[in-house]
Order: sequence, then structure tokens, then C-alpha cells
Amino acid sequence: MERPIIYAKNLTKRFGNFTAVDAISFEVGKGEIFGFLGANGAGKTTAIKMLIGLWKPTEGQAMVAGYDVYKQPEEIKRNIGYMSQRFSLYEDLTVQENIRFYAGIYGLSNQSIREKTDELIVKLGLEQVQNERIASLPLGWKQKLAFSVAIIHDPKIVFLDEPTGGVDPITRRQFWDLIYEASHKGITVFVTTHYMDEAEYCDRVSMMVDGRIEALDKPGALKVHYGVESMHDVFVKLARPEVE
Amino acid sequence: MKRFLAFVRKEFYHIFRDKRTLVILFGMPVAQIMLFGYAITNEIKDAKIAILDKSKDHLSKRLSEKILSSGYFVLEDYLNAEHEAEGIFQEGSVKMVLIIGEDFDENLQQNHTSHIQLLADATDPNTANTLINYTASIIRSFQSELNDHRSLPLTITPEVRMLYNPNLKSVFLFVPGLITVILMLVSAMMTSISITREKETGTMEVLLASPMQPLQVILAKVVPYLLLSFVNALAILILGYYVFGVPINGSLILLLLECILFILMALSLGILISTVTHTQQTALLISLMGLMLPTILLSGFIFPIENMPWILQMISHIIPAKWFIIVVKSIMLKGVGIGYFWKETLILVGFTLFFVILSVKKFNIRLA
Amino acid sequence: MMSTLAVTVDNLIKNYGSQNALKGVSLEVNQGELFGIIGPDGAGKTTLIRILATLLLPDAGQAEVLGMEVEGHYRQIRNRMGYMPGRFSLYQDLTVLENLQLFASIYQTTLEENYHLIKDIYQPLEPFKNRKAGNLSGGMKQKLALSCAMIHEPEILFLDEPTTGVDPVSRNEFWEMLIKLKARGITVLVSTPYMDEADLCDRVALVQEGQILSVDTPVAIISRFPSKLFAIKSTDKYQLIKDLQAYPSTASVFAFGEYLHYTDKRAHSSERAPEQALEQELHQYLQDRGHRDIHIKSIEPTIEDCFMAFMQKEHKWSAP
Repeated sequence: MERPIIYAKNLTKRFGNFTAVDAISFEVGKGEIFGFLGANGAGKTTAIKMLIGLWKPTEGQAMVAGYDVYKQPEEIKRNIGYMSQRFSLYEDLTVQENIRFYAGIYGLSNQSIREKTDELIVKLGLEQVQNERIASLPLGWKQKLAFSVAIIHDPKIVFLDEPTGGVDPITRRQFWDLIYEASHKGITVFVTTHYMDEAEYCDRVSMMVDGRIEALDKPGALKVHYGVESMHDVFVKLARPEVE
Repeated sequence: MKRFLAFVRKEFYHIFRDKRTLVILFGMPVAQIMLFGYAITNEIKDAKIAILDKSKDHLSKRLSEKILSSGYFVLEDYLNAEHEAEGIFQEGSVKMVLIIGEDFDENLQQNHTSHIQLLADATDPNTANTLINYTASIIRSFQSELNDHRSLPLTITPEVRMLYNPNLKSVFLFVPGLITVILMLVSAMMTSISITREKETGTMEVLLASPMQPLQVILAKVVPYLLLSFVNALAILILGYYVFGVPINGSLILLLLECILFILMALSLGILISTVTHTQQTALLISLMGLMLPTILLSGFIFPIENMPWILQMISHIIPAKWFIIVVKSIMLKGVGIGYFWKETLILVGFTLFFVILSVKKFNIRLA
Repeated sequence: MMSTLAVTVDNLIKNYGSQNALKGVSLEVNQGELFGIIGPDGAGKTTLIRILATLLLPDAGQAEVLGMEVEGHYRQIRNRMGYMPGRFSLYQDLTVLENLQLFASIYQTTLEENYHLIKDIYQPLEPFKNRKAGNLSGGMKQKLALSCAMIHEPEILFLDEPTTGVDPVSRNEFWEMLIKLKARGITVLVSTPYMDEADLCDRVALVQEGQILSVDTPVAIISRFPSKLFAIKSTDKYQLIKDLQAYPSTASVFAFGEYLHYTDKRAHSSERAPEQALEQELHQYLQDRGHRDIHIKSIEPTIEDCFMAFMQKEHKWSAP
């Protein structure tokens, strides 16, 4: 395996007495689709916030895209894309304006902003609605556009926090087609989801329980290891009912 | 009734568990009255003055003494010549110079008139103005003392009197205004915010889905704020009375009843705001811009309505606070009874009814 | 005579400005039924539930709950229904116990009196009864919300997406509770974007863009799947999708967990090509494209397959 694009060793975050993330260690390779699963409150969001340079870890090491999360959060932010279910696009800007805005944030030249915008609009089939405000688009379209915008600057990694929540089944699959495509281009995809069938689409998945990574492997290997039929059953076996 | 009480209790939980609400409710009234009472007040004590007495006769000395014994002024220095005045002002310690013209006593006796010049440091125009006013009123009373013993008046006293606030104590005027502003703030703003908060967090949806009647929901919201506003009004009156010596010349019961009326008016206004807004932010904005500013600026609290352009005077008529301030001043300072302000009271009742009817009409039993 | 229908909806229409949330929805829910409204965000689930819960008025059409018209009898309906909105909507600054007591008194009952009704749901929460509701985990919040909606012994429960954003374990627990409620004779109308939850319902309505695609039992919906369904996998899933999309006989191909779900155009025609022959032909094609470890098997469709089939029929969706 070549040098990992994400490297975490004993990464820990405490809030007072509460340990949200408890010494997690893992590596993610270039172009890998890495599923980051866990129950609500297992510490997924906290872990992601440390990896994307928003929160300083309490302990442990982590390198993201070759940069140290303690010392180089700004470099990390320049080299990653991020998309969450809640915030992604500006509802009161048009499709075109959103794409241009995000391309501008990442310092793309005017020339390439124009090219990328046109390219994206054609690729997603948004020609008819390119001057409509985002608010008027169906959720599925928004999510696909948000993802495309998140990787508009060709980041090394893209972090996706429940990107397909509530999206219809066909659009959900189209969304995953985009993920595969990004992965084939060499972009590492770090994704959380509550749809267990989507866990199967990942190259490898990790399962977080109470701040620790309880399992990490290929979906097939996990199913064999736990002797179950689906990732859903793996999840149910691992994520014990809430212990508080 | 049990349901209603459970609801009122819940409302108190919200209030006492939210630090921001508590600060606004109880910190602000105290802070404001202290602020207005001490800092912003125009009242002057122990202002340093210098006196240039060109006559140095019996009468001029009596006048100087009278001015210095008033308690407002402290003598910094006696000057010997007019040109010294500029220097002493530039040093900055002296706020006013009193110059008594030559032959003060003699001129007064023979010509029935005499000259006094007042120089004030107008870099602080408010203070300067107040000092001049204070001095002028002392001189007037000095004159009337002299005139008491004569058949022929010595000078014409300017007919300016300070009604109801003879000591020029501005805190007296601020207290009624302050009660008004704070009641408005607490009652209207806090209720509108607390109702819109339930809309924002989605709890209103659950309440609507219950058999609870909208009127009950609203009344339960209103009761705690009515109580708290009333406590606030009392606190201001007590602070005003004991810290600043603001008298309540009229009937205390009447004053409190009028306060309750005004609180009800403000509460119904708050409910009205909350029925037409959906977020706390908008409610806050409307309350601040739409209520607080007019209440502070157009009610006669800070700027006298008589001096406003007629258009603003017209607008001030639809500011409920204006009428309430008249009522409070009448009771507290003039000490008169309901006979003198029944019209204002009726206007406030009218406002209350108007807002209640409008908000009941506007209140939605559904989400949209 | 008492009607056996808990809910009847006839041609409901609701618009928000130019947006058509419901475009003529009709359905019936039997008393004591666990009924699922299944569809993605924006399908109109919330609007439909809010109309039934007397919180919104339709622009046109009829809706009755427990035999009463929703507009005129909203107060009676509110007395006899329980409602849980999509967002967690309890008082976050009140404790678990205070929330429960408040809702008990809103319905003029007490927690003690009706404890037996919510015992199963509330018991796991009881150790945290003095904790503020805002500090509960997602699954516990849902339990508390359900307890509050159940405290007055409603005859019908409206639950708007109670499991959205909740992890699979908590979702399972929640559905177990719903099935217990149903066993007590309570009609439960629940909406969800998760297609796999359909199988837990007695009957479901599949909704999409304000329209009902189908209303029936899950088994009946599945039995009407128009075509033969195959599950296919090989070592390279991405390439497999690409190759199958290029295959001339492909009707649809969708990723489904570790497999792809595939339907064949030829299987739609009246004289169905024999299954075996289809499988062999496909196998050959994929082998020629360089796939290894090819597995092809004929499978029973899931509700999600059916949903996608309905969507394609409605919109002629094409995979990109």
C-alpha cells in the first residue's frame, strides 16, 4: 500500500470527563471509498471535525493529505472537500452562482471557473435550471450538485457526512455513481451513512461504537467474520444498544 | 385549571433556566435605572466655578455666597480681571465663571438694574446649559428676596419656572420614562420571543396538535410575564424612591393599576408580533426597531414632544408609551388623581382591546 | 355504526405557492393497522400527515380521521390522536420527567395514572428522568417523544419520520415499539424515507412527488413487480455497472448492497425468455468484458426495487 492519505494514530478528543473519541487508529489509501459508520452519538462527527482541521485533538496524531492536523489545519482545508446533509449550497443563489462561488473560494482562475461551471452543468444535466435558485430544485439534484461542488477544486479527499439522507432511491444510486467516478479519478472518499446497503458500496468500512473503532475491514470480510448476511446485521451486532 | 397551572410552571422553568432571559429580565432594569440615574443624568453637583467680583460691595458678596451655598457649586478661585477667565477655562477645571459688574449694589439701587455675566464652558453643552439654568434660578430667587422689602421691583424677573421639578432633578423625569421602556421591553419583547421560540423549535406544532386551546396557550405564556413585569415596575419605583429620592406624590394603588394596564397592553402587542412572525430573530428585530426606538424617541421620554416637527407629533399619538408617560408623571410628580388623566387611561384601554382582538383574529389554530 | 376505517383520504390537493406538495392523494387506513407512508424527502409525506393531524388545511379534497372531517372536528380529533412531528419537538430545557408531566397535564391526565400505557417505551428512559431532554441521545429522544405522544391513550398515532437520521439499531428498537402499540389495537400511521421499513408495516403507500405510486400490503406490491429480477456481482462493481448499462438488453441496473439488481428487457415481453438462458447469456457477456467471480442469481424484489420500478414508469428515469 502506498503512503496513506489519511493516517490517524490514537486520535482522542475529550470534553471534560467525557471521551467522545477514544484513541482511534486507521489509515485510508488514495482513491479509497472509506465508510465511517456508527450509531448516533458514537463520535463520528467529532472524529471528522478533527480530521478536517476544525477541532484540535486532545491526544494522538493524524495526518490528512500529508498535513498535520495540529499544525497545518489551513493546508488541510485547502486540500479537502466537505459536504454535509445540512449545509451545502446557498438556497438563494442560482445553480451557476453557487458553482462559481465555491470555485472562487478555492482560488480557481476565472478561466477554469468558467470551464468547470459549464462542464458541471452539462454533466449533471442542469442546463434547463442553471439560472434557477437552488431552493427550487429537488433534494436529489441539490445533493448531486453539492457533491460536485465539493470536489470542484480536485481535492485529495472529500468528506461526506450523510450525503444521501432522505434522497429517493434512484437519485441515491446516481449519487453513488458520482462517488465511484471521483474515486476512480483518485479522490479519496470518506463517507458516513445510515443506509446500510451503502456501506456495502464502500471499499472498507469502520464501525465506531462509544468513541472507539470496533471493526474495520472490507464489507465482505466483516460479514464473514461476524457470520451474518448483510452489513445491517454487522451493525446491529456491533452497535450495542445505547450505553450511557 | 390544573393544565393551565402546569403550563405556567413550565413557562417559569424556561425563564429561570435561560441565563440570557434572566439577565434581560432582572439585570437590565437595575442597570438602566443606575445608568440613567447616575451617568446620563443632567444633574450637577459641586461644579467648580470662579467668580470675578468687580464691585466687591455688600450685595455682590451676598449673591456670591448664595450661589456658593446652593450645593451645586464649589468655588475654585476668585479672579481679578476678565482676561484671567480664558486661562482658567483652558485649564479645564472650572465649568463656569460668574462676573458681577461694577457698582452692583449702586446700579441696582439707582437704576433698578444691574449686570451679571455668566461664562460657561460649552464644550459640554448639556452641563453648560444646566449650570446656567441653575445659576439663573438662584439669581431669580435672590432678586425676589430683595424685592420682598420694596414696593418698586428692582428688575423684571424672566417668567421661566421649573414646574414640578423645582430642583431640576432630571432623574425625576427619567423614572417614569424608564418604567415605560422597561415594561415595554419585558412584556412585548419577551412574550413575542418566547412564543416564536416555540414555533422555531417545533413545540408549537405539538401544542397545536393537542386539545389545548390557543387562548390557553397564550394566557399561560402571558401570566409569568405579567408577574415579572409587575415585579420589575415595583423594583424601579423602589430604586427610584430610595436611591434617587423620586417621590410618588399621588396614589400608589392607582399607579400600580395603571402599570398593570400598560403591561397588558404591551403583552397583547407582544402576542400580536408573535402571531405574524415565525422566528425569534424577526420577533426581536420588530420589537427593537418597531417598539423600542419609538418608545424611547417619540414618547417624550428623552425628547420633549412639544419641540418635535408636527409630523412626529402626529406619530407620537399612536405610541402607547406617550400616553402612559403622561399618566405616570401625573401620578408620581403632580400627585393628581384619575380625573386628570382619564382620557389617557381610556386611550391605553383602547390600544389593549385593539391588540387583543387583532391577535386573537390572527392567531392560527393550524400551522399555516 | 362505527366505521372500521381510521383514516380516509380522498383526492387531497395541497400547494405551497407554485409548489405542488400533494397532487390528488387518496387512501384508506383500517382501524388497528400499522400503515406506512414511504417515500423520499419532498414526496409530500409531512404535508399529508399534517393535514391528517388537523395542522394544515388541504386546498381541495376530503380527509377524515376516526370518522370525523379534519377541518370541522379538529378539536375532537386532537383529543383522540397522538402526534409526533418530524423534528424532535419537546422542550429541551425541561427534564424527561417534566416533559412527560407537562404533556400528561395538557391532556388532563397524570403520569401515574397512565404509566401502564407507556411503560415499555419509557422504562429504558427512567434512569435518566432528571436529565434535560436536550442532552439525550437521538434514540432516547425518540422514545421520549413517543412516550409524550402516547400518554393520553390515543386511538390513532401520527408519526412523521420518527426514524430519520437514527442509526439502524435505534430504528429496530423503535419499530419493535410500534409493533407492540399496534398489538394493543392502536392505529399507527408512520412515514419514513427508509424503504426497508416497509416490510414491517401491514400496508404501505409508496409516495413520490405528491402522488401515490401504490397502496397495498408489502407482499402484494412485491408480487406485482413487473419483471424478473437478478442479483449480479463480480470483482469490480464500478466496471460491472458500466458494462451492464451498455448491455443492449438491460432494462434497469441499480447497485444494491454488495450486488447489482438487474432487470432484462426481454423478461417484460409476453413470451418470457427462459431464466436459465438469460443468466447464461449475461454470464457470457460479462466474462467477455473481463469480469471474474461472476455471480448471477434470480431473486425476490424488495420494496425498494418496486419503488424504483414505479419511479421509472412515472418519469422514464435514465441512469446517468
